[in-house]
Amino acid sequence: MEFLSDIASLTNSTLRISTPLVFAAMAGIFAERSGVIDFSLEGKMLMAAFVAAVGSYFFGNPWAGLFMAIVACVSLSMLHGFASVTHKGDQVVSCVAINILIIGLTTALAAAWFGQAGLTPTLTDDQRFLEITLPFADALREVPIIGIIYSDILSGHYIFVYFAYISVPIVYWVVFKTSFGLRVRAVGENPSAVDTAGINVFTMRYKALAINGVLIAFAGAHLSTAVNANFFREMSAGRGYLALAAMIFGKWHPKTAVIACLLFGFTDALQIRLQGVELPTIGTIPVQLIQAVPYVLTVILLAGFVGKAIAPRAIGQPYIKER
Amino acid sequence: MVSPILELSNINKSFGHVHANKDINLTINKGTIHGIIGENGAGKSTLMSIVYGLYQADSGTIKVSGNEINLKSPRDSIENGIGMVHQHFMLVENFTVLENIVLGFEGEVIFGKNLEKAKIDLKKLCETYNLNVDLDSVISDLSVGFRQRVEILKSLYRGAEVFILDEPTGVLTPQEVDELFKILRSLKEEGKTIVLITHKLNEIMDLTSEVSVMRQGEIVGHTKTKATNREKLAEMMVGRSVLLRINKSKTHRGDVAFKVENLIVKDDLDVARVKNVNLEIHAGEILGLAGVTGNGQTELLEALSGIRKVESGEIFLNGEKISDSLNLLNPRELKEKGLAHIPEDRQRMGLVTDFKASENLIFGYHDQEPYSKFSIMKEDKIFDYSKRVMEEYDVRPRSPHLMTSNFSGGNQQKLILSRELNENPKILLIGQPTRGVDIGAIEFIHQRLIDMRDKGAAILLVSVELEEVLSLSDRIIVMFDGKIVGERVNEDVTDRELGLLMAGVV
Repeated sequence: MEFLSDIASLTNSTLRISTPLVFAAMAGIFAERSGVIDFSLEGKMLMAAFVAAVGSYFFGNPWAGLFMAIVACVSLSMLHGFASVTHKGDQVVSCVAINILIIGLTTALAAAWFGQAGLTPTLTDDQRFLEITLPFADALREVPIIGIIYSDILSGHYIFVYFAYISVPIVYWVVFKTSFGLRVRAVGENPSAVDTAGINVFTMRYKALAINGVLIAFAGAHLSTAVNANFFREMSAGRGYLALAAMIFGKWHPKTAVIACLLFGFTDALQIRLQGVELPTIGTIPVQLIQAVPYVLTVILLAGFVGKAIAPRAIGQPYIKER
Repeated sequence: MVSPILELSNINKSFGHVHANKDINLTINKGTIHGIIGENGAGKSTLMSIVYGLYQADSGTIKVSGNEINLKSPRDSIENGIGMVHQHFMLVENFTVLENIVLGFEGEVIFGKNLEKAKIDLKKLCETYNLNVDLDSVISDLSVGFRQRVEILKSLYRGAEVFILDEPTGVLTPQEVDELFKILRSLKEEGKTIVLITHKLNEIMDLTSEVSVMRQGEIVGHTKTKATNREKLAEMMVGRSVLLRINKSKTHRGDVAFKVENLIVKDDLDVARVKNVNLEIHAGEILGLAGVTGNGQTELLEALSGIRKVESGEIFLNGEKISDSLNLLNPRELKEKGLAHIPEDRQRMGLVTDFKASENLIFGYHDQEPYSKFSIMKEDKIFDYSKRVMEEYDVRPRSPHLMTSNFSGGNQQKLILSRELNENPKILLIGQPTRGVDIGAIEFIHQRLIDMRDKGAAILLVSVELEEVLSLSDRIIVMFDGKIVGERVNEDVTDRELGLLMAGVV
């Protein structure tokens, strides 16, 4: 039975740890399917974490914090759009600028407002999202198999975890089953075809970027107002880049991207689990080595196993009408 | 009863200092095929892009069926019944035909609700105009000719009454051109109006009932097609009389100068593109290689000029073996043995477009005297040389310091031509010599090639322009699917026969 409960707790943490990756990967799919590279998922996630924590602290309500994080991230997406869509700047440069800006800005603002560089005050339980116990979870605990799946794996998560996995089929539906999705995909493949069909290429890209901003805000809020009870310096810790890798690994497709996110989440859950565990003959594995596993995995997957990931054809190219 | 469907008055459009359209007045009558002819850069495409709403005119008015309209985007044009088939197709390659056609006109938020109805409508249109397109195929699986039909079908579905076709035959085989013309005639019979933009005189004479000629941004003439002929139109286009068929004497054929035996070449994806090719070129002859783009001509040219690896087979220059799969001379060594190469893609391979004209004129010889000494380039020598060569080859403008990208296609080609021909090569390999080059420059380039031949050079001319192959070559070979499928002496061959060979039919 101990083995089973190990598996259950590992699965449970995989779902939780993958959550910000899933939001970020879905956000990335919208931007990149429309032809705009989004390297700035990392910076936006960090910004969302900061704004959500500050918003919750001032208004005493985590939903207010989430709302403000959405506003902040959509604004950053618009900034990215202004630089790289309207003014046709280099998309990667624009993203790097946003990432660097946010690292400095969050640290500095925290210092100015709370007197501690890169740290916001701890939120009370009223000011953050708490774990949700699903109905009948306690009653069903003793039922074999169903009990473990329902009570130990599915129940007891923060609301963002549920949001994240619900967002996947919704993103799939929007991208592949609606007229809007058709246009987003077309604008990322051949913007001239969209322009000559009488649709404004720039408007389409801005719309996709706006959705990108909303989704990434959830990832940040999850970090600072659910899993943790405050914002700390560089708390996104490369998750934005990891999500970008998962999205490419998933070939810009929500279904495969979510699998990649879960894989990364799983390796992370595993490394936490393995810390301090004594292995026969080898002894304790150094923590640093274990912590490197998800990142090493990313490199290996991207280098070897993805095969030829076919990016949207017009990605990274600002739209300029031919003469 | 003739009634105008499209009336343009006093249209002006400038891009920076370039006045692309000057006071254009043009009336297109309903139910006609109206040709607009002019050299590259004459402003035809700009004018039609204004009509399609892609650009906004600086001044002037546009009337459709007598009503003045304000075109702010292609949407406005589509709603007024104007459709356009662009030179580069506006299709999303990994979408199906159906998805491409309904893009922008999906009807419902949830994609797919109206698709069945759209399918029925489209099938009906396909039958009426004999388009024969499978709605569920993915664009990337379709041939160029079919992609063009998708574009026509797209305009039909959106309710176009006026069809603008921008250089529609540039990428088609002669048979596909015939098919296209049939479709265009049936559109006309159904009362649709067609505006055909082209620089090919034959198409104007074959298809149109009226023609307008553009030169340097202005309309320089309108006429009924019946009342004119090719020579008159060409003269109007260029502003002086031109020779349409080059004057050339009979060749004095010498010994075999260049020989290829059993050549096999693979492309970057490791697919064989040149399959067991044998050919011989004699001194003093032009061997024309005809074929539809993508049948291995590019790989053949690259292998012969030392850029691409030879898989197997041998190449001989004046009887001396210069290349086989083990030992390939590089382009520089080939050049020293008297082989010159003018590549198909002049902007990617022939020139560094971000360099000055003078730098491109000596590129490859830049480390040799007199252009450089002890690895230091002699600016003044290079400048004087460039000035002289640009005079000789009539490169305009004659500014050696101007960035190469600022020259027109024809003048860029002249830069390459002068660089390669001034070394008096014994063998000349030349690909698409006049692609995107205007009529005046074509005449000049053709004359230079004939002169080279008369001086005893062996020339391999690769071109997708059948007319060009026919007018220059002494002998013609046709390439299809990597193989040489036919060889003809120029005097006894028709373009119909060559067209069938190019399509792989015989």
